Amino acid sequence: MSDTRRVTVEVRRLNTHYGTRQILKDVSLDVREGEIMVIMGGSGSGKSTLLNHLLGLLRPTSGTVKVLGKDINTASALDVQELRTRMGVAFQSGALFSSMSVGDNIALPLREHTRLDAMTIGIMTRLKLEVVSLAGFEDLMPSELSGGMIKRAALARAIVMDPKLLFCDEPSAGLDPVVASSIDDLILRLRDAMGMSIVVVTHDLDSAFKIADRICVLDQGDVLALDTVAAIRNSPNERIQNLLNRRTEEAEVDPDAYLRRLLGERARQDGEDDSQQRHLP
Amino acid sequence: MNLDKREHMGAVVVELAGEVDLQHSPRLRKALMELMLEHRDVVVDMGGVSYIDSSGIASLVEAYQMARKGGGRFILAAVSQPALRVLQLARLDKVFAIAETVDGAVGA
Ligand SMILES: Nc1ncnc2c1ncn2[C@@H]1O[C@H](COP(=O)(O)OP(=O)(O)OP(=O)(O)O)[C@@H](O)[C@H]1O
Ligand SMILES: [Mg+2]
Repeated sequence: MSDTRRVTVEVRRLNTHYGTRQILKDVSLDVREGEIMVIMGGSGSGKSTLLNHLLGLLRPTSGTVKVLGKDINTASALDVQELRTRMGVAFQSGALFSSMSVGDNIALPLREHTRLDAMTIGIMTRLKLEVVSLAGFEDLMPSELSGGMIKRAALARAIVMDPKLLFCDEPSAGLDPVVASSIDDLILRLRDAMGMSIVVVTHDLDSAFKIADRICVLDQGDVLALDTVAAIRNSPNERIQNLLNRRTEEAEVDPDAYLRRLLGERARQDGEDDSQQRHLP
Repeated sequence: MNLDKREHMGAVVVELAGEVDLQHSPRLRKALMELMLEHRDVVVDMGGVSYIDSSGIASLVEAYQMARKGGGRFILAAVSQPALRVLQLARLDKVFAIAETVDGAVGA
């Protein structure tokens, strides 16, 4: 049963804060070559924060993140730069440059990081547009795209360098079911054809079950579960079952705290009220 | 990436092997462009390709287009599974002329 594939992402005992508030708590996980790891969890559970740490965009309080064998927080600037060329990321918001056409957005990493011929770059860019079903849209500006098209353009940009590692934050959120399912298919095909390791953050259970090799469930910054799709499905853990069955947990009402919130009085301590807020839809 | 050329029944067989990635694909492109400018019939033997990225694919696309314009032949032969999967990703298996074997390609 032991998995001999190379570990491409290694997270060990990661603790992170925004200001004084702890967000991730002792998170450890591995992603292997060719593996699709799905990160799930309620809104605010720390999924995007974890992704940003995997990308080396945030510094942890303690713990390590190794990407393709290198500690992303202690590697030299040159090494980090080199690592970035082997990682692709599609952010939750798309994060395209509004002043550039779709084609220029997608070609940008190639122009910045390679010396490939302009013709080659043009073909590679249009190939990726084909792959995400946006053929012919290269000359449009991002503001002329729909939300779902922006997501797909962001995905095209993320894969334009054929990265070893792909990170996607909510790649299909807000897309119609047909397009969302085609993004799932694309993620599977990218893994199969290119052998990528792919980390996907999603709320969508059907999508998670369809694409994941393993699922990591975050709950308020804790790893609640980290296991195969089958094991997660059959988990006896009540919180996981609630998540799977889309049940919201009944929040306990603390009348004093509730009244203070309604009246806009500050809580005694920063973060005290989190347990209430996470139950909001 | 390994790239060898040999003459075979009037065509040039380009034997491509190993990893065709960002670092190496410019060499592939240059070799193919030269052959296209000489208006040669080309068969790319892809049996030994263990990995090809989209920069390598782009070089093949460009050469194929030049061959079509110039009236020459440009055929991919004995395409390895890893290379075929990458071609299929962008549905290019429906675009390129692909032959099972090098001899099949030359005889076609
Ligand atoms: N830049 C920031 N500064 C301060 N706190 C932040 C910042 N970004 C996120 N947080 C806090 O960190 C916690 C985790 O946020 P994160 O964005 O990681 O959640 P998420 O799981 O991605 O949620 P969602 O599903 O809504 O995208 C939240 O409580 C959020 O308020
Ligand atoms: Mg998020």
